[in-house]
Amino acid sequence: MTARTLYDKLWDSHVVRSESDGTALLYIDRHLVHEVTSPQAFEGLKLAGRKPWRVGSIVATADHNTPTQHWDRGIEDPTSRVQVDALDANMRQYGAKAYFPFRDKRQGIVHVIGPENGATLPGMTVVCGDSHTSTHGAFGCLAFGIGTSEVEHVLATQCLLTKQSKAMLVKVDGTLPFGCTAKDVALAVIGKIGTAGGSGYAIEFGGPAIEALSMEGRMTVCNMSIEAGARAGMIAVDDKTIAYLRGRPFAPAAEMWDRAAAYWRTLVSDADAKFDRVVTIDAATIAPQVTWGTSPEMVTTIEGRVPDPDKERDPMRRDGIERALAYMGLSPNTAMTDICIDKVFIGSCTNSRIEDLRAAAAVVSGRHKADNVKVAMVVPGSGLVKAQAEREGLDRVFTAAGFEWREPGCSMCLAMNDDRLEPGERCASTSNRNFEGRQGTGGRTHLVSPAMAAAAAIAGHFVDVRRLS
Amino acid sequence: MQPFHILTGLVAPLDRANVDTDVIIPKQFLKSINRSGFGANLFDGWRYLDKGEPGMNHALRPLNPDFALNQPRYRGAQILLARRNFGCGSSREHAPWALADYGFRALIAPSYADIFFNNCYKNGLLPIVLAESEVEHLFHDTAAFPGFRLTIDLERQTVTTQDGGATFKFDVEPFRKHCLLNGLDEIGLTLTHATDIAAFEAKRKIEQPWLF
Ligand code: SF4
Repeated sequence: MTARTLYDKLWDSHVVRSESDGTALLYIDRHLVHEVTSPQAFEGLKLAGRKPWRVGSIVATADHNTPTQHWDRGIEDPTSRVQVDALDANMRQYGAKAYFPFRDKRQGIVHVIGPENGATLPGMTVVCGDSHTSTHGAFGCLAFGIGTSEVEHVLATQCLLTKQSKAMLVKVDGTLPFGCTAKDVALAVIGKIGTAGGSGYAIEFGGPAIEALSMEGRMTVCNMSIEAGARAGMIAVDDKTIAYLRGRPFAPAAEMWDRAAAYWRTLVSDADAKFDRVVTIDAATIAPQVTWGTSPEMVTTIEGRVPDPDKERDPMRRDGIERALAYMGLSPNTAMTDICIDKVFIGSCTNSRIEDLRAAAAVVSGRHKADNVKVAMVVPGSGLVKAQAEREGLDRVFTAAGFEWREPGCSMCLAMNDDRLEPGERCASTSNRNFEGRQGTGGRTHLVSPAMAAAAAIAGHFVDVRRLS
Repeated sequence: MQPFHILTGLVAPLDRANVDTDVIIPKQFLKSINRSGFGANLFDGWRYLDKGEPGMNHALRPLNPDFALNQPRYRGAQILLARRNFGCGSSREHAPWALADYGFRALIAPSYADIFFNNCYKNGLLPIVLAESEVEHLFHDTAAFPGFRLTIDLERQTVTTQDGGATFKFDVEPFRKHCLLNGLDEIGLTLTHATDIAAFEAKRKIEQPWLF
């Protein structure tokens, strides 16, 4: 048999039928559902007189709209409440394998709760009406975001009609230097290939630096595949993958576990498998990353400077840089370390897992946020992450340093709830998108790792976390 | 879904690369549980000078005169001319809903983000890919000739200028074309394969019972 990539294996094992034009009906094992992109899909289903094909595939939660403080007051914003109520009603009517509603102790960001509950397993196809579904690929599964019409299609048929993408290997060789994290890898990759570099591809991340990452770190890298333009990112199964899953609530147990684990171990690219494109990066060259613009590819290192549009020859790019600098309120050639911030956000499906909170707490411990930083908020990815962090005393480290310790949810990653930037405010954020207005109309977002966000909170401006003694 | 055959429409230019779905429809408008009504907030942050919130009377809001879609010459445009990587970012289908609700029926750009591209087809919006040079040509003509219109013929897969002076061919996957031409519901089509799906599922249950 010809050598196959991990992506080929995942694809092949889910094809229900193929059409002559290359489209295939792909079977979906896990369907993650949240309140913002599902109401119209359930409504469409109802209007057409259809029923969900297999509710046992559904794991749902409310995360995008939910408040991160004063939970006793419920959801005060009426429009947000309507969406959460709609999800509650749909779950009551149809059922699911698991539903973690608002205020449930296992509620959280959909991409955090899937893995931590063992609802994301190797070899699965995982979809969700959310582009960061790519996160789950860290477990050797094929995971990608879909639109609401496709959510309805999966509800009704358990399948998606889709075409196989090309396969790209992003190989990160060597060892990540001290102070550099999975987030820096993700941003460095995007800086290298651009936000459209992965369009039309499924990316497999591999190489020693990826293997050395924890499962949390691997999720961070796969999470941002979509920022590189790829719908799916994935990483081969190894001992760490299997160790992470053992004992999780929805992971198989006993004899079934052994059978499953034996199969999962086959979920790696064959040694001589061919990729359509290979990008190699030496981890040793990666330094802590900070974005300066309004697209994740507008990124440099903490040692870098804001670019000068006059030095850009390509007119379209020059125009892009000029617009971004105007929006971001930055002058060309400013050292990144001279950029002062107003707010800090540590959270989102990119960086809100226990390891992220530990990394931030380690920087913050025994220090206090700078006076010019109006708010530094830490939003755990889920109720379980929050509880774990509290057991470790991380909440007290943060509050002692003047940070706010919030309830789980998407929060200021997209600012659909009350957590947001005011016009002109500048934020060091561990999230994944620095688009115009993403964190609030007129807000200015700089994407960084949790350690870098924590260091910026302490200093009041961006600093090299490696030099913070 | 509304079938798409031949469209002759006014072209509006959006001369920026990497236009993301957060810009196409900002998140404060995603709280609706309906599919319609998003057109008033299409490109909200660029189109209006004030800060948009749901429930505002948009007719009373100050328009940004510099934004192309606000110029009288592009009023009623049905074809949006855009730059590369249009629709990147979030998977929100509210983006094509907003474009369609505003009145667009087709887009022309050198490339699109994958999820957005898919979402367009599900909503009767045709995302046409032309070469950078062809798009450049169209940007030029749109600026140069007020009232510049194009005719898009999906059956023949052509984009033609109104005077017939230039015709560009575009690719479209046969299945998508078929669905769009006939306004077909994809779910209904997939369900004609329900026995195949059930058989596949049954086999999977035996081979990988832990997934169920
Ligand atoms: S945390 Fe941000 S990126 Fe992740 S699912 Fe929520 S809104 Fe989307």
